[in-house]
Amino acid sequence: MAEDQNKILDEVTGGEYKYGFYTDIDMDTIPKGLNEEVVRMISAIKKEPEFMLEFRLKAFRHWQTMTAPNWAHLNIPEIDFQDIIYYAAPKKKPELESMDEVDPELRATFDKLGIPLDEQKILSGVAVDAVIDSVSVKTTFKETLAEKGIIFCSISEAIQEFPDLIKKYLGSVVPHGDNFFAALNSAVFTDGSFVYIPKGVRCPMELSTYFRINAMNTGQFERTLIVADDDSYVSYLEGCTAPQRDENQLHAAIVEIVTHDRAEVKYSTVQNWYPGDKEGKGGIYNFVTKRAICKGDYSKVSWTQVETGSAITWKYPSCILQGHHSVGEFYSVAVTNNYQQADTGTKMIHLGKNTRSLIVSKGVSAGKSQNSYRGLVKVSKRAENARNFSQCDSLLLGDKCGAHTFPYLEIANNTAKVEHEATTSKIGEDQIFYCNQRGLSTEDAVGLIVNGYVKEVINQLPMEFAVEAQKLLQISLEGSVG
Amino acid sequence: MLVIKDLHAKIEDKEILRGINLEIKPGEVHAIMGPNGAGKSTLSSVLTGNEKFEVVDGSVTFNGKDLLDLSPEDRAREGMFLSFQYPIEIPGVSMVNFMRTAVNEHRKYRGEDPISASDFLKLMRDKKKLVDIDSNLTNRSVNEGFSGGEKKKNEIFQMAMLEPKLAILDETDSGLDIDALRVVANGVNKLKSPERSTIVITHYQRLLDYIVPDYVHVLYKGRIVKSAGKELALELEEKGYDWIKKEFED
Ligand SMILES: Nc1ncnc2c1ncn2[C@@H]1O[C@H](COP(=O)(O)OP(=O)(O)OP(=O)(O)O)[C@@H](O)[C@H]1O
Ligand SMILES: [Mg+2]
Repeated sequence: MAEDQNKILDEVTGGEYKYGFYTDIDMDTIPKGLNEEVVRMISAIKKEPEFMLEFRLKAFRHWQTMTAPNWAHLNIPEIDFQDIIYYAAPKKKPELESMDEVDPELRATFDKLGIPLDEQKILSGVAVDAVIDSVSVKTTFKETLAEKGIIFCSISEAIQEFPDLIKKYLGSVVPHGDNFFAALNSAVFTDGSFVYIPKGVRCPMELSTYFRINAMNTGQFERTLIVADDDSYVSYLEGCTAPQRDENQLHAAIVEIVTHDRAEVKYSTVQNWYPGDKEGKGGIYNFVTKRAICKGDYSKVSWTQVETGSAITWKYPSCILQGHHSVGEFYSVAVTNNYQQADTGTKMIHLGKNTRSLIVSKGVSAGKSQNSYRGLVKVSKRAENARNFSQCDSLLLGDKCGAHTFPYLEIANNTAKVEHEATTSKIGEDQIFYCNQRGLSTEDAVGLIVNGYVKEVINQLPMEFAVEAQKLLQISLEGSVG
Repeated sequence: MLVIKDLHAKIEDKEILRGINLEIKPGEVHAIMGPNGAGKSTLSSVLTGNEKFEVVDGSVTFNGKDLLDLSPEDRAREGMFLSFQYPIEIPGVSMVNFMRTAVNEHRKYRGEDPISASDFLKLMRDKKKLVDIDSNLTNRSVNEGFSGGEKKKNEIFQMAMLEPKLAILDETDSGLDIDALRVVANGVNKLKSPERSTIVITHYQRLLDYIVPDYVHVLYKGRIVKSAGKELALELEEKGYDWIKKEFED
């Protein structure tokens, strides 16, 4: 019986990656490898002001003194940092007026993803800043946003146009010395997005960026910076898929968020990079540093993520709750299948008085994958009346996968109230049979049960993103039950 | 419509069904009674294709098809419905989503298009009325946090939605209060037709006052040891099972 079930689960979880294809776009690349010269070249190609070169060099020099982290539950193969190309840009330069000017190959790529970068999307109120490899190709709706004083542009553009904001905020949440990959990113990042919401402005649309890794052997070092001034609000969506390939690709992004008094930022991610094939070969290494600081009183940051991709994921979106009464939230679904490894979680650092944090983490493991939640709740001495509630659930499909939960608590103020709940469950044969008896195939049953299990998190996503996320969950577990 | 011949089934090397013979014609209601552990639920599990149990011998035809050859979902789509003795909770899955998926799977099997949203909502409304189920139950996740009686009512609601050819009610009456019992029985009776058959598994004559059986069978130690008309239920209520046990103890 157990064997039977394993066979069925094998089939259901054996779904092949649907988005594996490769787009041929001419790339402008500099030679492989990393040294001070390469860092200078990147800065020069991008015609950056002196302060940025300094920023990069400092980070690079620091990086040279560091070694890659070694986490217990991730089995990370040695990465050769000299075998990576640190800059690649589409040859066509990004001065495009309409969709007609966008490279047809690129447009086809987006179509295949089912994420058409077309008029419909624009009409539906989503401004799309599409990032392919390292340079922003197309930014839409900038004018509408500009009317409200909102800045939404590529980080390179921001470095040119708004150097004061960049100087003030870049690296202020994730300093280059923070960790190995943060230092690397700070030295070599080539593009990403910048958002600034001025005082009192509610951004009228969801801001979204679709990331996509596309150049052979090009590590991607995205840099995102979001600043929400007093009483402002923005919802930002990030989603990505990558073409199938054999070499492992490194992705080491940084996302920094700053919220001032009473400001709120919602940051949602759907991540679906190539996870590697059934034997665990290939796939993206995803080492991301995402951190927000609630600087202002009563400010709020909410991270929502749906992670189904990557061979290895190492990611802990965090909130530093500095302002009094500030709120941090983390909603996460992490699905692992085959040989995927995920080590994700969050850090909630309570510094201000009456700060609150909420953690809802849902892990789904199938195949031979390993799925770990690692969360830190830290309450500093001065953080009177801090509150945290953590809910960490794991769902197992089959008995060859693993789920692990590592909650860390550091409480230095005895007025803190911290609650942690954790559950581990298996998809029950009884549940599947009940669905079968109502006419559902086992595959549909698993999809339904998993989507039910993660609903609390999916509900946090903006509507159209939620639909995409549900599809993605179904796809990533496809084949796991006959 | 259902013909069971010499059915033997086991779980973990323990033979539970030891030669069941039963024939059910369209429109008939059969009651199956018998002491705890006799194999009544096992029979319903085996008929609906629960893979926990292994069929070791015998045959079952359902509307001319070899039932044992069909997957559990195809048996359901062929029109077999089980009201579970212990309905399962599926957290986070809304009744609406669950039922729409189920209804559409049945339609697909029959080569029909998916039901439109408005038709579906109308269907839900009609059937809710039919079995007198509270809307706040159908707005919740499947059986999650339902009381015992609510779960049973929800089974009958699902039955009404799927309009099966053969419904097996496994102790649907246990856990129901007097009013709910009447409501559930009414629902079952309203769905009765000359083509639809029902197997009612119960311990109590009371239910059979409402759902009047054409035949009553006693299942004991994996066999049907006695079959008669509805008066048998009364006799059992009065005398218990001892006399039957004695007859078959050897
Ligand atoms: N998973 C199992 N493992 C071992 N034995 C089982 C299993 N399931 C059922 N049985 C046994 O099979 C026999 C028949 O059980 P079944 O549930 O069919 O009885 P029943 O007639 O429905 O009883 P009740 O009236 O109490 O509902 C019982 O002895 C029971 O213990
Ligand atoms: Mg029973």
